Amino acid sequence: MTAATLQALLSHWWRNPLQLFTLLAGLALATALWSGVQAVNAEARASYDAAAATLGEGQYDRLARRDGQPMDQSTYITLRRAGWLVSPVVQGRLNGVRIIGVDPLTAPGGIGPVNINEDTDIGGFFTGPGQLFANAETAGQLPDLNVQITPETAPGTALTDIGVAQRLLGKDGQIDSLIILPRQPLNRPDLVEIAPQLIRQQAQGGSDIGRLTDSFHLNLTAFGLLSFAVGIFIVHGAIGLAFEQRRPVVRTLRALGLPLRRLILLMGAELMLFALIAGAIGVALGYVIAALLLPDVAATLRGLYGADVSGTLQLRPVWWLSGLAIALGGTALAASGALYKLSRMPLLAAAQPRALAMAAGRRAKLQGIAAAFLLSLSAILMFTANGLIGGFSLLGSLLIGAALALPLILDRILAGTSAVAKSVTAQWFWADTRQQLPGLSLALMALLLAMAANVGVSTMVSSFRLTFTDFLDQRLASELYISTEDDAQTATFLAYAAPIVEAILPIQSVDTDIAGQPTQVFGARDNRTYRENWTFLQSSDNPWDTTFAGDTILINEQLSRRADLTIGDTIQLQDQSFTVAGVYGDYGNPIGQALINEDQFERLYPDITPTRFGLRMDPATVPEFVASLEADTGIPASQTINQAGIKALSLQIFERTFTVTTALNILTLAVAGFAILMSLLTLATMRVPQLAPAWAMGMTRAQLGKLELLRAVLLAVLTAVIALPLGLALAWALLAVVNVAAFGWELPMYLFPYDYARLGLFALLAAALAALWPARRLARTPPADLLKVFSNER
Amino acid sequence: MLLTVQDIHKTYTTADGPFEVLRGIDLSLDAGETLALTGESGSGKSTLLHLIGGLDTADQGQIIISGTDIATLDDNGRAALRRGTVGVVFQQFNLIPSLKVADNIAFQARLAGQHDPAWAATLADRMGLTPQLGKYPEQLSGGQQQRVAIARTLAPKPRLVLADEPTGNLDEATASIVLDLMLELVSETGAGLLMVTHSEALAGRMSRRLHLRAGQVA
Repeated sequence: MTAATLQALLSHWWRNPLQLFTLLAGLALATALWSGVQAVNAEARASYDAAAATLGEGQYDRLARRDGQPMDQSTYITLRRAGWLVSPVVQGRLNGVRIIGVDPLTAPGGIGPVNINEDTDIGGFFTGPGQLFANAETAGQLPDLNVQITPETAPGTALTDIGVAQRLLGKDGQIDSLIILPRQPLNRPDLVEIAPQLIRQQAQGGSDIGRLTDSFHLNLTAFGLLSFAVGIFIVHGAIGLAFEQRRPVVRTLRALGLPLRRLILLMGAELMLFALIAGAIGVALGYVIAALLLPDVAATLRGLYGADVSGTLQLRPVWWLSGLAIALGGTALAASGALYKLSRMPLLAAAQPRALAMAAGRRAKLQGIAAAFLLSLSAILMFTANGLIGGFSLLGSLLIGAALALPLILDRILAGTSAVAKSVTAQWFWADTRQQLPGLSLALMALLLAMAANVGVSTMVSSFRLTFTDFLDQRLASELYISTEDDAQTATFLAYAAPIVEAILPIQSVDTDIAGQPTQVFGARDNRTYRENWTFLQSSDNPWDTTFAGDTILINEQLSRRADLTIGDTIQLQDQSFTVAGVYGDYGNPIGQALINEDQFERLYPDITPTRFGLRMDPATVPEFVASLEADTGIPASQTINQAGIKALSLQIFERTFTVTTALNILTLAVAGFAILMSLLTLATMRVPQLAPAWAMGMTRAQLGKLELLRAVLLAVLTAVIALPLGLALAWALLAVVNVAAFGWELPMYLFPYDYARLGLFALLAAALAALWPARRLARTPPADLLKVFSNER
Repeated sequence: MLLTVQDIHKTYTTADGPFEVLRGIDLSLDAGETLALTGESGSGKSTLLHLIGGLDTADQGQIIISGTDIATLDDNGRAALRRGTVGVVFQQFNLIPSLKVADNIAFQARLAGQHDPAWAATLADRMGLTPQLGKYPEQLSGGQQQRVAIARTLAPKPRLVLADEPTGNLDEATASIVLDLMLELVSETGAGLLMVTHSEALAGRMSRRLHLRAGQVA
């Protein structure tokens, strides 16, 4: 029985290959977009975890100097002699690679990927030119060194003996931090007695980078989910159509003696088989998408968060299994309605147009109620939502509500145009378009979501770009930036530069805690640079005057929001209270920031001496100054950064972020275009009975074909018109709710009419291209097929 | 007795209220016997046929096929009855469009686990369908499609054949040929045949006839 039934069920797809292709392609595309994004996320997270494992981040407390500078090796020896069980770490960058030096004999077990065992060349590790451990990609960046390939090492990181690291990084006799082993002798002296310049940093219980980048990955995931939803619309449409077409066969099978339960099980199994096939194709496509996106995502993460992410994709079992699982889950979701209807279908229910029409009417009513409920919910959430869950609930209710409302709105519009149409052809055209709406509504919903996502995300990203470009101009006002290596070099530099440049602005900061929030406090020198370039989101009168007078403090938006601090509130730093005088935008910074007067800073944090400086000077003299600085003081050009260079680099990072979003935008729109094509193609076969009477009454097939094309473009135009306000609402939600919850700052929203017009044109083009083939097929329908409509044998 | 129907009642709910389509029908049919069920449209012929075939359930009364009261059967039991014991020929043929003629003929026998390739080939040959075995139903004429449907019904050798206006979609000449074949093959298998028809001519070729009027035997 099972074999015969499966043969009957599967033969339907064999005879309707286009429908099978739609189903498989829709599901494969949905899975591909979703699993592609997940692969990128998984790769990035694996990189963070590997980095955390390499350094023991999140596992062990550490000791470091209060001013963040390296400590002398003698401090380490003093601590060890006093009984402290600590292990030294040196780190720095060489050829863009993070070099980490550890002492394998004192380091706690599990630090780094390299376990010392009997196969390890201990001599090679400790002595001679030194041995490094890195993955293949990183090893390629260190061609002159003895690097042993260890794939499990964090990307962009090379691990070596501390002595080798000190030599390579030019840090002889210096140590950056000390790992505190978990078990310590009880009678050891207090830290303040033997090394008062050091502070103990608590283990963070996880990777810092992982936490910082969570929001970025959440946004990518949301995009992946949206693309998946668009794909599932296609699958739902294909399954619905296939079940509708097979309704008589289902009835026959049951009449011939096939039990209902067996039939449903077999139809479910059939779909799951397709889901597995499409899922496998989708996972493979997802791998390709991820491989294409990963370099840009890695560059974005490196640029925005300083996170090193491997540029090479690995095939992780969890990833491809979850890809298959989501394909199966998505199919089950898309098919559940059709299978439920099948289980409730009476055996003898012959064609009952009136009952079907009434059922359709009830469905439309329910859809209208659901749409109204979701849109009302989104309206409430717009005013009340805070936090990521609220933000994403707002996005979800807005998008799903609008998608559900679309067919009803279009139906009303078409009913209105039909009523005012004058010519008989126009009347027929509008009425026929309205009749076709239910069959196309899923594809149009997919188009609406894709377009709204495009408008929303591109508005957000472009607003971000515009704001960030302005912000860079404000913040990178100095023409040249310089870093010095030690106090002696700082003194040399200051003595040399002071008479030449217009102003020297020290960039000095300390990591501290304000109202429970990790915050960097900066000490700024009174200079017109700040007054002229920094803009405030809110401020008291003359915030710079009072701040440079030492009475007030300026804070960034992140700190203001997270610690609920506003103008007039008081902040305590060490023994001094400051009143908040201004809140400034600080886009891209994950943590809190505060700014006080330079003199106050030096008094409160006397241990900290600035090693970075901004120089105000005539931009034209920058190259000459850099050259003479090197020639006269020996400070190399590599320690200076030209403002133009930083801006170019920052913008370059953002361009790569945009590449990722643009790619996802195009893919989503392409999926929606595909949905329209497939809907029109599958509907084309069902259109013949509706078109044959019009043909018989004198319209040519070419006319009918052109009208079909016009209809698709017209529906796309109407959808685009509705998608624009929806997309803008989406952008507002992303900027004002999700962004604030994810990053702690709100971005101003700008409008980009030219971009929207271009997107509208793309959508029309996609719809026209999608409709071209079905319209052409229709225009070439053989008269014999049209005549069959009028015969009993059809 | 192959089939016994006792005091069958069936009421449908319509927009105008309840409508009692069958009002106490009694009939019986023996193996090898043929019975024509005639009556005007709406007299309840098809409803009675559907109840006997287990496609629908009666509100009152008993239908006993080969000693089994089908009211005692659940959905699975009635499905099993349709697979092996009762065969139904529909007016609309109800072939599976995506299966070829050969597969359509074998289909019900395969469902019942009683597929006999030699018997299926004989049926195809007797029905004149051998040249059409590799074709799809849409490539056949109406008469040919109905012959496929009859062959499919007879393939598992059912004890009771129910036919709901099997020639209603065919012209007179074709209808006569199809009916001849059906009667011949039913007679060979020893099955009982209950046929709903509007045609006096076709009804006249059955061993017995029963006329329904307003849900009752006239």
